[in-house]
Amino acid sequence: MPDMTTAIETKNLTKDYKDVRAVDSLNLTIYQGELFSLLGVNGAGKTTTIKMLSCVSSPTCGDAFVNGMSVKSRPTDVKKIIAVSPQQSAIARNLSVKENLKLMCGVHGFDKEKTARKVRGSLGSFGLSQVAARKAAKLSGGWQRRLSLAMALISEPKILFLDEPTLGLDVIARSELWDTIRELKSRMTIVLTTHYMEEAEALSDRIGIMKEGRLVFCGTAVEMKAKSGKDSIESAFIEIVKNASKGTSKEAKA
Amino acid sequence: MSRMASFSGRTFKEILRDPLTLGFGLGFPLVLLLLLSLIQSNIPVSMFELNTLTPGITVFGLSFITLFAGQLVSKDRDTSFLQRLYTTPMKPLDFVLGYMLPFFAIAIAQALLCYVAAWILGLEITINVLWSVLLILVPALFYASLGLLCGSTLTETQVGGLCGALLTNLSAWLSGIWFNISMLGSVFEKIASLLPFIHAVEFERAILAGDFSTALPHMLWVLGYGIAITALAVFAFLRQMKKQ
Repeated sequence: MPDMTTAIETKNLTKDYKDVRAVDSLNLTIYQGELFSLLGVNGAGKTTTIKMLSCVSSPTCGDAFVNGMSVKSRPTDVKKIIAVSPQQSAIARNLSVKENLKLMCGVHGFDKEKTARKVRGSLGSFGLSQVAARKAAKLSGGWQRRLSLAMALISEPKILFLDEPTLGLDVIARSELWDTIRELKSRMTIVLTTHYMEEAEALSDRIGIMKEGRLVFCGTAVEMKAKSGKDSIESAFIEIVKNASKGTSKEAKA
Repeated sequence: MSRMASFSGRTFKEILRDPLTLGFGLGFPLVLLLLLSLIQSNIPVSMFELNTLTPGITVFGLSFITLFAGQLVSKDRDTSFLQRLYTTPMKPLDFVLGYMLPFFAIAIAQALLCYVAAWILGLEITINVLWSVLLILVPALFYASLGLLCGSTLTETQVGGLCGALLTNLSAWLSGIWFNISMLGSVFEKIASLLPFIHAVEFERAILAGDFSTALPHMLWVLGYGIAITALAVFAFLRQMKKQ
């Protein structure tokens, strides 16, 4: 359960791309230990929000604070406590599973001993030992995604961003990844973007819905259904998105 | 330093484990050397004598380095691999050096292989061969940075077209490796003298001949291009990093 200490806070976070406003004055608070899902149709601003929170993209205006550190003024410090598992399986395809994990230890500046310990730990906890020597390119989509997640977690981040982690996976692979994410929940704050409503419902403490760069809903899955008067999470999502008009951004503090 | 070393180690492994890279980068120059030496043994052509041909082939082999560097960077951008690394404490310099340094090692290996093959075919080995191998790094700076520039600005398919077709042709036609460039007329000769390819070949030929005073102006020309393209490549890489 989240401990109500703020992990992420955005203040009028805005991103413009030429003449398009991808994220519009986003005000959002995410608590430590929480799994927060960001939902929205394509182009709603979910990935752009994650990019700004992970210091890959600079906000046009406004700011975001990760564990109290501004993404604008202290990006290097923010990067030390976060990890991102991007939309696609972001792996070095010609490297083995073990080498991919070692690479991540290297880019985080771990020494030899820590690298050996972390690689051993990741191979074990993600069940990757059996494919440790296999080239990443030769793995199935599910295994690649699992490796991608293990690579993100090897630095023991305080905050983990998962950008559509189960996109394109079959039912079994998705279910296995859900189990892994559930195991991580108590250990870190997780921000997840997804198009799968049942995924958001099954995993999240709270859900935020974005439309045209704005936050149009923030609350639990139960609150989402109650607000929309629908029984299923998918119907609730459709109802909220259809009814949301521009300018309805709401302060998302719980 | 360790971050850059880890990343360059990855670049190195990616190159060595790609059979196409190995085939074209290391194998193709050797095949050319062998074929042209065979022609020379049947119909003597002064340009195909080993002490003239080998330095040219080592420079021509570098055009594949541009192709491989460009494709690797472009692919990394396309697959979100770079996006992941941008969220780590890696600095821009770690990325730039991590991409470029392994290609210098490949350039040395490529040149060394060519000279070993040339030695087997009858090239006399002197201390100048060692200098030729080491100083291949001068043109390699231009070719590797051009790869980084292309990879930072183009898609993988575009890199294939531009570097795989255009650059290898420019490098072949305007470098004076297989024929005297004056045969193409004064306009082409002028264009070739403005581009770095012929200077890179003449530089390596002069080094192998031990004629360092002739090598110097060619080296400055190639180095100038190398520094300018490196600056552009770093700018383009940082720009796409920011655009992410």
